[in-house]
Amino acid sequence: MAWFFSKSSDEGIVLTSRIRLARNIDNIPFPHLLDKENAKRVVDEVKSSILESNSAISNDFEVINLSDISLNEKMSMVEKHLISKDLINRSDISSVLINKDKNVSIMINEEDHIRLQVIYPGFKLKEAYELASRIDDLIEQRVNYAYDTKLGYLTSCPTNVGTGLRASVMLHLPALTITKNINNIINTINQVGLTIRGLYGEGSNALGNVYQISNQITLGLSEDEIINNLIAVTKKIVEKEKKAREMLLEKQSVELEDELYRALGILKYARSISTQESLELISKVRMGVEMGIIRDIQVDKLNELFVSVQPATLQLLEKRELNPKDRDIVRARLIREKLN
Amino acid sequence: MLCQRCNQKEANVHITKIINGVKTELHLCDECAKQSEDISMNFAFNFGMPMSFQNILDGFVEMLGSSSKAYEEEVCPVCKMSFNDFRNKGRMGCSRCYSTFAQKITPIIKRIHGNIEHTGKVPARTGGDLKLKRDIERLKEELKIAINKEEYERAAKLRDEIRNLESKLGNQRGE
Repeated sequence: MAWFFSKSSDEGIVLTSRIRLARNIDNIPFPHLLDKENAKRVVDEVKSSILESNSAISNDFEVINLSDISLNEKMSMVEKHLISKDLINRSDISSVLINKDKNVSIMINEEDHIRLQVIYPGFKLKEAYELASRIDDLIEQRVNYAYDTKLGYLTSCPTNVGTGLRASVMLHLPALTITKNINNIINTINQVGLTIRGLYGEGSNALGNVYQISNQITLGLSEDEIINNLIAVTKKIVEKEKKAREMLLEKQSVELEDELYRALGILKYARSISTQESLELISKVRMGVEMGIIRDIQVDKLNELFVSVQPATLQLLEKRELNPKDRDIVRARLIREKLN
Repeated sequence: MLCQRCNQKEANVHITKIINGVKTELHLCDECAKQSEDISMNFAFNFGMPMSFQNILDGFVEMLGSSSKAYEEEVCPVCKMSFNDFRNKGRMGCSRCYSTFAQKITPIIKRIHGNIEHTGKVPARTGGDLKLKRDIERLKEELKIAINKEEYERAAKLRDEIRNLESKLGNQRGE
């Protein structure tokens, strides 16, 4: 998995930058109204636009047939943010192209005919958009996009119409969460046309103090404007998180040190641990490492654990199905092996 | 538990109200709940449920004051969806729906995005053509106005511009 194995970004606070473009084919019903025959046409058309193009990009991609792989493999891809749950729910008509680096996925027949996604580690929204836009151009050479000069790219849900762009950053904000300043930020963000969510999108909790911030408005602003807005707001939040960490260190250094080392202690010695608890503790230890309080642990190891403790990825690593109780035991063992 | 109003039927509507920190509980049967003035059934059932796009959408459509009868008349020629289907699902049926239901959907889009003019990326192949066509249309409108106002100098300029764009459009298609 590309984004979590990569070296953490300069900030450490911005975990990933993600760009998603929604595109549709003109005059073919959107996926929720597609019969199998037309769905196959859509899949074939999009696949060939990438695989049969003259661009060097085409050699990078591989088709993954969702009906050929296990539910665990699919769920693990969701845990790595490579595909969406919605795509899995439509396994009978959907398909996905994924590149070698595992940072670009082209979902076919999700909510829209095409959902092109680029996910980069660190704070690289512009780079991610550039790549997404280039692949978008490649697809468009062969596919007739549903596009209206006035409304822009037409999408299944009117909330995505226009640019079809959802730009998002995944932020690790433990200090803002501990100091409860996050609530103010949530309120402010909603007022500037952005939205904040938990780790796994709509309705999910901020597991492990990880939040996703993305644009809500897709029409009337250019791609650059949308991305620049998000960058500006993200920078401010990163600043606030850093300030909150400084304050914690200044005013409650013993309490903080105690809490972070306790987290590390549990991770190092627990014999059974849930996903939620492990994510909470990994988050604390990660902050400790970034603040220079905990010294003998590498951030990379923690980033890797952040994904591998999640249920489907854990079972894939173990190469077997596990019941929830056994999962907790295996998870604790995996963490111990990594940290001791 | 028996209904607190009629004391006869089983209470199956439970309402907790917190007003200025004062909590009151009310347990009613459906009939009394329907008659109850301080709660409409609708409110009681929707409250606490996550707001979906459809919920919000319904609000918009109602604000626009369209009657539901009118929706049934129009059906999209490509996907056969009606505007009523859109109301229920919150999803358009196909790209054509946007022009089929343009009158009804435009105000909804405006409410969502605060805008109805795309200013972002234009697809290189399909979009270039559309943009040219649109520009030509706009210039032709301006030309008409100029002629009506007897601004012949301006009209000549516009005519040249239109010719220029039309030849570009021809070139693009010839490629």
